[in-house]
Amino acid sequence: MKNLLGRDHPLAVGGFAGPALILFAAFILAPLLLAAAATFSNHRLVSPEPTRYVGLDNYKRLLALQVVTVEPLRDAAGAALRDEDGVRFPTWRQTRGARPALAGYRPAWQFGLGERRIVLAATDPLFYRSLINTFLFALLVLPLQCGVALGLALLVNQRIAGRIFFRTVYFAPVVTSMVVASIVWSFMLNTDRGMINELLRTLTGDANVGPDWLGESRYALPAIAIMSAWQGAGFQMLVFLAGLQSISPELYEAATLMGANAWQRFVHVTLPGLRNTIVFVMVSTMLMAFGLFTQVDVMTAGGPLDSTTTVVYHAVRSGFKQQDIGYGSTITLVFFGIVLLASALQRFLASKGGHK
Amino acid sequence: MNAFLRKALRRAPLFILMCVLGLVFAAPLLFMFASSFKHDDAIFSDLSSWSAYVPDAGWSMANYAAIFERSNLPLFLFNSTLIALAVVVGGILVNSMLAFSLSRMRWRGRGAVLSVVVAMMIIPFEVIAIPLLSLVARLPWPGIEQGALTWHIGWFNSLHVQIIPFLANAFCVFLFYQFFRDIPPELDEAAKMDGAGPWALFFRIILPNSRPVIATAAIVLFIAAWNQYLWPIMVVQGEAARPVQPGIQQFFGRSNSWGQIMAYASVVTLPVLAVFLAFQRQFVASVAGSGIKG
Amino acid sequence: MRRKTLAALAMLAAFSGPVIAAPTEIKVWRHDTGDAEMVASRNMVERFNRSQDKWRVVVESIPQGSYTESITAASLVGQLPCLMTIDQPAVPNFAWAGNIRPLDDLLPEAVVRPLLPGGRGTYRGRLYSVGQFDVVLALFARHSALAAEGVRVATVEQPYSAQELHDILLKVKRGGHYRYPLDLNGKAKGEWVSYAFSPWLQSAGADLVDRNDYLRVDGVLNGGPALGVARYYARLFKDRLAERNPADEKGFEQGRSLIQYTGSWKAREYAERIKDDLVVMPPPDFGHGPRVGAASWQWAVSRSCPHPAGASAFLAHVLSPPEMAEMSRMTGLVPVSAAAAALTEHYRSGGDWRVYFDFAARYALPRPATPAYPAISAAFEKAMADLRGGKEPAEAMDEAVEAIEYDLARNNGYGFTQPKAMASK
Repeated sequence: MKNLLGRDHPLAVGGFAGPALILFAAFILAPLLLAAAATFSNHRLVSPEPTRYVGLDNYKRLLALQVVTVEPLRDAAGAALRDEDGVRFPTWRQTRGARPALAGYRPAWQFGLGERRIVLAATDPLFYRSLINTFLFALLVLPLQCGVALGLALLVNQRIAGRIFFRTVYFAPVVTSMVVASIVWSFMLNTDRGMINELLRTLTGDANVGPDWLGESRYALPAIAIMSAWQGAGFQMLVFLAGLQSISPELYEAATLMGANAWQRFVHVTLPGLRNTIVFVMVSTMLMAFGLFTQVDVMTAGGPLDSTTTVVYHAVRSGFKQQDIGYGSTITLVFFGIVLLASALQRFLASKGGHK
Repeated sequence: MNAFLRKALRRAPLFILMCVLGLVFAAPLLFMFASSFKHDDAIFSDLSSWSAYVPDAGWSMANYAAIFERSNLPLFLFNSTLIALAVVVGGILVNSMLAFSLSRMRWRGRGAVLSVVVAMMIIPFEVIAIPLLSLVARLPWPGIEQGALTWHIGWFNSLHVQIIPFLANAFCVFLFYQFFRDIPPELDEAAKMDGAGPWALFFRIILPNSRPVIATAAIVLFIAAWNQYLWPIMVVQGEAARPVQPGIQQFFGRSNSWGQIMAYASVVTLPVLAVFLAFQRQFVASVAGSGIKG
Repeated sequence: MRRKTLAALAMLAAFSGPVIAAPTEIKVWRHDTGDAEMVASRNMVERFNRSQDKWRVVVESIPQGSYTESITAASLVGQLPCLMTIDQPAVPNFAWAGNIRPLDDLLPEAVVRPLLPGGRGTYRGRLYSVGQFDVVLALFARHSALAAEGVRVATVEQPYSAQELHDILLKVKRGGHYRYPLDLNGKAKGEWVSYAFSPWLQSAGADLVDRNDYLRVDGVLNGGPALGVARYYARLFKDRLAERNPADEKGFEQGRSLIQYTGSWKAREYAERIKDDLVVMPPPDFGHGPRVGAASWQWAVSRSCPHPAGASAFLAHVLSPPEMAEMSRMTGLVPVSAAAAALTEHYRSGGDWRVYFDFAARYALPRPATPAYPAISAAFEKAMADLRGGKEPAEAMDEAVEAIEYDLARNNGYGFTQPKAMASK
């Protein structure tokens, strides 16, 4: 029943949209607003003292960043002192002690420039590191999980014996709770006796091969990425499958009639037909990647050396374990804002690119 | 015969690939399942060999007996099943209706609502967990006491606190939305010409043609509800309404009994797999049978 | 007719003897450890309920792994039961938050006085929790293994010094029989790290926080002695003497490690498995004598408890020597009063586990009784994890200090103030 303006009757719209919108408002938006309000206070998890309004203190603590140039230690003649590692610099505490404006700052990154050292100091260096970690993780997981999911869907869509069985097998990881999966993978990734390293040792024949997956900062995040892809690919496979099966077989017939081989059929029939699905899968995988928490909590506790700390993990640790709700909410809200901005930007660019 | 052989040979490499991938995907679960039959010492001595994935000679059901003895697992399974079913049925209804109104109906503010829904997909649960906790502690719930309707404040230690906040799921709304958008508008026209209003259109035509996405949404909601962990820890302290996942923490104590942990994990994982298997056949049959041809 | 019935009923009531009122229910939450302790606890509660009919205790057990989150969530919304177990170091935080009440007026002095420090949880001079048992830290090894490697057995009079232990481990590692000679119970996370390794700080003369004012951390946690401990800990992993990420906690049990540093909750299990070959040694001495942590899970009464008299009765029952002895008998844990110890087979004078009781009496130092403890423990745990990962010790400890200082500032020092200058007296 559309009215004159081409809009549907408000009662019908209300009936359809109402229940979900009310539930969203009550159980997601309202808590979000409460969390947002908490960011302006020093709300604590358990405290006898009343919560005070602190204005933008939480935000300042989160975001404050300064660039500091550190001069090397010099001898009496003014030349820089050196040892076997290179130029010698004062420790951060000494540097900070000399400059009162740096109180509360800690180094986030540092790199050398000629004789000097440039330090990016922040009051919460872990926040910036966790931002980088989170984006890095998303970058690793996205192609892995989506690529594998598409491949699996294509495989399972063929008329081969046992495909229902295989479909279940590929989906099985999705069904396991993340806690259980993390525990099992911790065993498999164990340096000395885990299966993965044993496999590597058998394959290469070298008894010393076998990285410390969860113990070294450059392997931990990729290891978690692989594990997350393993856990999520089955689900995206189903989504791709639904998309594949909604492509009309007549299109394939027409393509074959026109002399297209398998690859050309894939590129010119399958991919375009899957465009919406691909977008959906990529967006949802990316969003789930941004929320990375449980695997980190169970397998690495944010380490080693903060290489697997993600923004959500940092927020939960601040909020729940260090009992600072105001600050934890600030972290998540700022992150939420960043992701929102990024996805808005992406959609803006996509529409500009003429994709409809 | 020749053609058949040729076809089989063509399919063979694909089949082998599927087997290899199958092993890769199943390995951790095989490990979990095999370990549930072993004594703790055996689990660790087998860790680096192939026997980690198969039960060894001395396999026994001792771990399974232990978990049923040490915890009230049947009750937890019952609670989780109830919660998951409620979330699936309620969730499918509520989310698909919203998606329908976003994709097939025209109204002011539709675009804004869609953006908000997409934005809500980003919010990880941990962000809103604590404010949500404060909220549900203050919400009223009706109860019948001595024949009269009373209102009890707070939703703690109940099943509904684990159901209602999770019915509306932004991801599912988006899923339905994308799917509905792809359904050709000719169906709408045909329905309107038959004089059907939006309700009839939705329930008689759109939903029956949406089996694939309903199956997908059902799986998403079921898994999300079944794997609930942080929330039940916060709002359910008693055993009566406790679901399965928090129960695993019981076996992490001073001495972790890994065999029992694996047994518990197996018991908690297999039903969901079975549900998926059951659902899957529906999914295949309906897609083969239906036709979204214009 | 009705009046006559009423009169008859009244007479019947009068002659039917004392009316037994239904016992008042007391709700109790405890953490679920899933082993002998649960059975012992259940028996204890049953004995209490049977011994009197005024109160009836009803226990709800909550999984231990998520226990703190569960009761924190409940405390946020005022839904705590009458009594609950709390891990002792968290007690000051709960007390400061106003969730639990002092026990000074609930328990008679005579009941509390005999308790070892590991049996009480105090905050600002008032008692907030009491426990039945304690756990001590020890180095476990096998006689035969030590002899085979030519290592002496440490005793209470002559514990290993930290340097000596390091040299022993290096020697053993070079011997080649053990890949990782030292088992530090590395699979355990959470409070274990602070519980096990903050005593090393105290043994070196440092601490987590200055206990005079509970405010000063700089110079205490990152001063010279503390850095020495941090470097020592980091070297254990750099020299591959202990495994960074062990797959399990069975290293020592299965003979893959020579020495294990763990809590005495393993006492019973090891006594049964290794029998006479087991040797129990004190932790390493970093200069001021070995130290062990003290206090385990204890009982506290919530402020909202409607029946403090019932809580008091239950606690008195819990702390009675026979009950304490029975708990010790079933779990193998250390009883916290000499009277109870005398009633047990293993912990009485001359008993085979008396050594643990002596450790507790001699070396035990409870963790700092400040509401900042959860933050302190979290910061310390992270510092230790970073040390394992290879971070520079000075930096790791500095970071911990700053995290704690920030937390203290955020909470206005948790009510602690700087001690007044002596001159103003």
